[in-house]
Amino acid sequence: MSDSSTSDEDNNEIWVYYKNRKEWQDLRPIPQNDGPTPVVSIAYSQKFTDIYDFFRAVVNASEKSERALSLTADAITMNPANYTVWQYRREILKALNKDLHEELKYIGDKIKEYSKNYQVWRHRQIIVEWLGEPDEELELTALILNQDAKNYHAWQHRQWVISTYNLFSNELDYIEGLISHDVRNNSAWTQRYFVINHTTQFTPEVVTREIEYCREKILIAPKNESPWNYLRGVLLHADRGLQDPRVVSWCEQLHSLGCTSPHLLAYLIDVAVEAGQSGDQSGLERVLQMCKDLATTYDRIRRTYWEYIARTIAQSKNQDNNPSGESGSYPSTNRNEDVSTNEQGDVVTFPKDQVLNHNEEGKPETNCTENV
Amino acid sequence: MEKTNFRPNLRASEANVSMESCDDVIIRHLYDYKLDLLREEFDEENVRTTSSYQQLDVEKTIKPLFKLFTQCVEINLDEPILRRDKHVKFLKNCLYKLPSSYECLDASRAWICYWICHSLSLLDEPLSSSDKTCVVNFLSQCQSPNGGFGGGPGQDPHLAATYAAVNCLIILGTPEAYKCINRPKLKQFLTRMKAQDGGFHVHDGGEVDIRGVYCALCVALLTQVYSEEMFNNTREWLTACQTYEGGFSGYPGFEAHGGYTFCGFAALGLLKAEHLCDIKALLRWASNRQMNFEGGFQGRTNKLVDGCYSFWQGGLFPLIYRSLMKAGDTCLDGHWLFHHRALQEYILICCQHFNGGLLDKPEKNRDLYHTCYTLSGLSVAQHPPMGTDVIGTPQNCLKTVHPMYNIEFQALKSAISYFESHPYEAEENVEENAS
Repeated sequence: MSDSSTSDEDNNEIWVYYKNRKEWQDLRPIPQNDGPTPVVSIAYSQKFTDIYDFFRAVVNASEKSERALSLTADAITMNPANYTVWQYRREILKALNKDLHEELKYIGDKIKEYSKNYQVWRHRQIIVEWLGEPDEELELTALILNQDAKNYHAWQHRQWVISTYNLFSNELDYIEGLISHDVRNNSAWTQRYFVINHTTQFTPEVVTREIEYCREKILIAPKNESPWNYLRGVLLHADRGLQDPRVVSWCEQLHSLGCTSPHLLAYLIDVAVEAGQSGDQSGLERVLQMCKDLATTYDRIRRTYWEYIARTIAQSKNQDNNPSGESGSYPSTNRNEDVSTNEQGDVVTFPKDQVLNHNEEGKPETNCTENV
Repeated sequence: MEKTNFRPNLRASEANVSMESCDDVIIRHLYDYKLDLLREEFDEENVRTTSSYQQLDVEKTIKPLFKLFTQCVEINLDEPILRRDKHVKFLKNCLYKLPSSYECLDASRAWICYWICHSLSLLDEPLSSSDKTCVVNFLSQCQSPNGGFGGGPGQDPHLAATYAAVNCLIILGTPEAYKCINRPKLKQFLTRMKAQDGGFHVHDGGEVDIRGVYCALCVALLTQVYSEEMFNNTREWLTACQTYEGGFSGYPGFEAHGGYTFCGFAALGLLKAEHLCDIKALLRWASNRQMNFEGGFQGRTNKLVDGCYSFWQGGLFPLIYRSLMKAGDTCLDGHWLFHHRALQEYILICCQHFNGGLLDKPEKNRDLYHTCYTLSGLSVAQHPPMGTDVIGTPQNCLKTVHPMYNIEFQALKSAISYFESHPYEAEENVEENAS
């Protein structure tokens, strides 16, 4: 399990159970009702049970008070993933009109402790929203990303705060630092795309600049997938897409120098397929061989994938010899299907249905490349 | 390439070796040889970064396990073996009592029920009827009077917990399990969670993300409280989550991620709107998530392998296959478009705890979540459309999951026919009359 729920502070202080506290005698604790036949019963510590018995009592009495607020903090310490407690804590904060700066500090500490927990980040987001003050967020997320540069929650929060409060100005520099530290940090690449998309956007000048950036980073380690994927993202905004002559000629050059990165070959394959779709089939024969090389040598784990791609290419070649109007295009789903009809009809027609009747043990794998 | 001498004296002691089993032996022999060739270590290309360092670290812990396996398989042809009995024992031990280390999952007890019951159903180890009654009773306690299920008794209803509870009840498959769901209230809950932009809050005041959409859609369809209006704008919301990489993020703008991609694409499939996303880009992204050396899946580009993605990523392939088939693709040949054998090997060789339960990767702890999702992924890998293809002993074969919902196939069929013949509107009338 990712989060451990008890803290070490128990060792230093003597814990007084809520049931033994004078100021709580007016409230009758409510035990958890697991029903007549409990399952998955957790062997709660006494402290856990005591705190949550009183939490239930507080909720039941709709009590929104200082003591209830501090009770939620204890409940959160026992289990920071209890979204019900967080939600109730927010209701108390509102009812008491609490100083939210204090809460911001509290949740900041919690995030440092439980940085991979959904609830702490959600709480942070709401408090920042209530305050309308995003000043500390970039620093906080940078602190967390400094420990784990790919923490999904931290990136998510960072994107939210940047786009909500328009804090884009220094973000590219920040990302640049992360990418130069670890060129394989895919989260940073994603953030680069996000920032550009929301600021300058991918104008022709920006596309040119980003292509250059990708080339530089790809040359550092051509098998690194991140810049290749990013390059494809950039080219979504280029006039000629993947066929961009600057990129194509550079890739050809890389290939002629003996680079066999699967991402390079995959790119060249897609370029030839696209050209094939617009009538120029001259490159298809060569990329069929590339698919074969990938399947058997450079990218063997994806053999069935490359064999499949090879078959689609071979098919589009044949189709273009017998024009049928659909040559080479990717098959599209029938859009006329009635979406509101009973979905479960689907279940029965699902191809796996047939699988249930098969049981061929140790069936040899067919070598599909040979059929291409 | 180094050629290893595999399995000398194959079944030589067996006097009556039939032709069929001879073929079988030869095929296995060849395939092991092939797989051994296939494993490719990470190429750092002389650039060490945090990512590459962590990757090589994982490969270091996995290498000896594969090596040990090649030695074991010479002695015992049945290797790798799914330690069924151990897993069943681990799961059954957890069904009633959990240690205090599970306090951090106190808001996920409905999930725990699903993880256990689903794993047991895949292992074809049905619960006794009294066990089933206990689980149904407990999940009833988790149901909110306002509809939906919470993570535990008395907790606020949550879409993820609701998905887990409904799936679990369907797996239990008894009339009392089906009847336990208050469908008119469930419909109200789902409607309340809907955000204007087409997304769903996971609970009152909770975050909006793609899990919410998938969970809401699954339970709405399964219990047949679905309405077109409930998912108004949802197709567009989902499509906006597809990233330039091809996978889906939890919310528009973020990084493509295995769990979210499964939720996103499955949800589009359930809405019959796969054509709104770029399937080709999705397929490329998903197939690139299978690790060269480990054979398992990573969750994101340049991250580490994790057993749970055996399902989140592996489960995408049946969905993709189905979409392509529906669209008339004639290039499919009955194989999943990932290496289903390499995935089986990763799970069986690297993810089993010797005392039962499965895990993320070697040197991690076993837990119920990983047990559930490695087994679900194993089931997908064993059942490609061309027919069952099980690595190791035939006893490793698991029941088939329906990858859209991740529920065992027969249980799903029974539930569908039950809910079809019991429309929720009838329950609505009963409720109105009572009040």
